[in-house]
Amino acid sequence: MAEHIIRLQGVTKEFDTKGGKVVALKDIDLDIERGDSYGIIGLSGAGKSTLVRTINLLEQPTEGKVIFNDSALTGLGSKDLNIHRRKISMIFQQFNLLMQRDALGNILFPLEIAGVPKQEALKKANELLKVVDLEERAHSYPSQLSGGQKQRVAIARALASDPEVILCDEATSALDPKTTRSILSLLKQINEERGITLVVITHEMEVIKQLCNKVAVIENGEIVERGDVEEIFKKPKTKAARKLFFPDGDYREKPLTKTSTRNRVRLVFDEATAGEPIIANMIMELGAPVNFLYANLDVLGGSQKGQMVICLAADKETADKQKAYLVAKGVEFTEIDEDEEVQA
Amino acid sequence: MEIRELLSLLAQGTLDSLYMIIICTVISYIIGLPIGVSLIVTAPGGIRPMTVYNKVMGFIVNILRSVPFLILMIALMPYIRKIIGTGIGKEAATAALIVAAAPFVARLVEQSLLEVDPGVIEAAQAMGASNMQIIRKVLLLEARPSLLNGAAVATINILGYTAMAGIVGAGGLGEIAIRYGLYRFQPSIMWITIVLLVILVQIFQEIGIKVVNKYDNRIN
Ligand SMILES: Nc1ncnc2c1ncn2[C@@H]1O[C@H](COP(=O)(O)OP(=O)(O)OP(=O)(O)O)[C@@H](O)[C@H]1O
Ligand SMILES: [Mg+2]
Repeated sequence: MAEHIIRLQGVTKEFDTKGGKVVALKDIDLDIERGDSYGIIGLSGAGKSTLVRTINLLEQPTEGKVIFNDSALTGLGSKDLNIHRRKISMIFQQFNLLMQRDALGNILFPLEIAGVPKQEALKKANELLKVVDLEERAHSYPSQLSGGQKQRVAIARALASDPEVILCDEATSALDPKTTRSILSLLKQINEERGITLVVITHEMEVIKQLCNKVAVIENGEIVERGDVEEIFKKPKTKAARKLFFPDGDYREKPLTKTSTRNRVRLVFDEATAGEPIIANMIMELGAPVNFLYANLDVLGGSQKGQMVICLAADKETADKQKAYLVAKGVEFTEIDEDEEVQA
Repeated sequence: MEIRELLSLLAQGTLDSLYMIIICTVISYIIGLPIGVSLIVTAPGGIRPMTVYNKVMGFIVNILRSVPFLILMIALMPYIRKIIGTGIGKEAATAALIVAAAPFVARLVEQSLLEVDPGVIEAAQAMGASNMQIIRKVLLLEARPSLLNGAAVATINILGYTAMAGIVGAGGLGEIAIRYGLYRFQPSIMWITIVLLVILVQIFQEIGIKVVNKYDNRIN
């Protein structure tokens, strides 16, 4: 059995606001295994940040337990909590670097806090600057660095305390696509080479696809779906998950009017099924056309995945035949409800 | 009055003023800085919220801040006399000055610390920094340029107070201006002291700007 590094048990978080009680997290259970790159995805306001902040107790849960390496963090005094926190680093969307310290000084900060002797700390900080490829910027201040460089400093700072986990709250959301890719690949490398567990909060499926092996979909403070990224990509069970797997996140305000929305299915092809022109064959064999609404090729953790939304025949009988054909050919598909709005 | 006599009078006055300004500023910071820090730390949402302390201390600071200095000084005279034996002169004025300036410094410090990005404080908490480490290594250091700026403002403000304290015989340029300008009606001497006071303000301001620029790593 794999070892759990982080467990949330029945975590609920309520905020008292002027407008009344806001329930940000509802009875969340979550197990993260050592070495996982665990994505948590959801739309704005879903409770992602609150969830990740309860892991290191920046947010005290109203109810429930947070367990790190078999010891409950909830209920610890601040002294003990601070010692555990050194093993759980965090990086942020806004980087949160000390503006009055240069890159090196920022990386030294957690080492100073932990009381590491100066020479040793300096040696380590310099090594970490190399890891994040910023040796020549050691004495630049955050105001003199680009967003991507700042996040690299933040990553080096996160590594300085030899953490077992790094929590990433929208770590790439303030960066352009190219910089995002380079930061994601740095994080992936840290996860794979150092075995550091990642918890990745994001609202972008791209981030999950590039970086994570597991994913939980959060909606209104609840985890509605979770599992291996590949499994969920192939067969998303919930509307929330399907919505997120459509890139661009561009959903129509109004349902499609011109195109029929009946009998829509979402197909996923992997390397095994991509070689054969299955849809073309199906049309010819069954003599009934389908309507193509959407098609796209994705790279998921290094392997190619195609996804497609098609509208099957309008009459139920033919549609059922088409579905049976797809099943026979081993193509994974999910049916989309008539009222569900997906980008087409 | 002979020119030599006048020069030595003004030189002594300037030195007395400087001496009083520096002593008062230092003592006001020794008292006001911890109070300012405590107001930030104990505020709701601070790193160690303490509602009652925060409310009470905030109230005391506000009261002392809202009484004009001249009135505060006169009101405090009997109490100061009880404690140090005299209600007038340099010592008495210094005591009154500190009572007025320390709360002012506390508010300045509070304002400066408010500018520190809460995200950075949170990052330090996530790293396992203790509250003391956050105060010393995050709050005070990140706010350093603004704190220095505040120190220049405080010094100039205290200079103004010392001039007013001339009324109770505190010595320095303020007393010279009042004695010669008001009681002996020699406006030329008063104007010279005014020019000297303006020059002092300019000097403090310039030093403040220089020091802030040297220490602020956000700009350049
Ligand atoms: N300190 C707070 N006080 C009151 N309500 C809060 C607080 N923090 C979060 N909330 C509420 O909790 C809910 C979840 O917020 P959270 O920040 O976790 O969402 P999120 O999924 O991270 O969103 P985003 O993608 O916009 O960052 C929201 O309704 C939010 O308004
Ligand atoms: Mg968030």
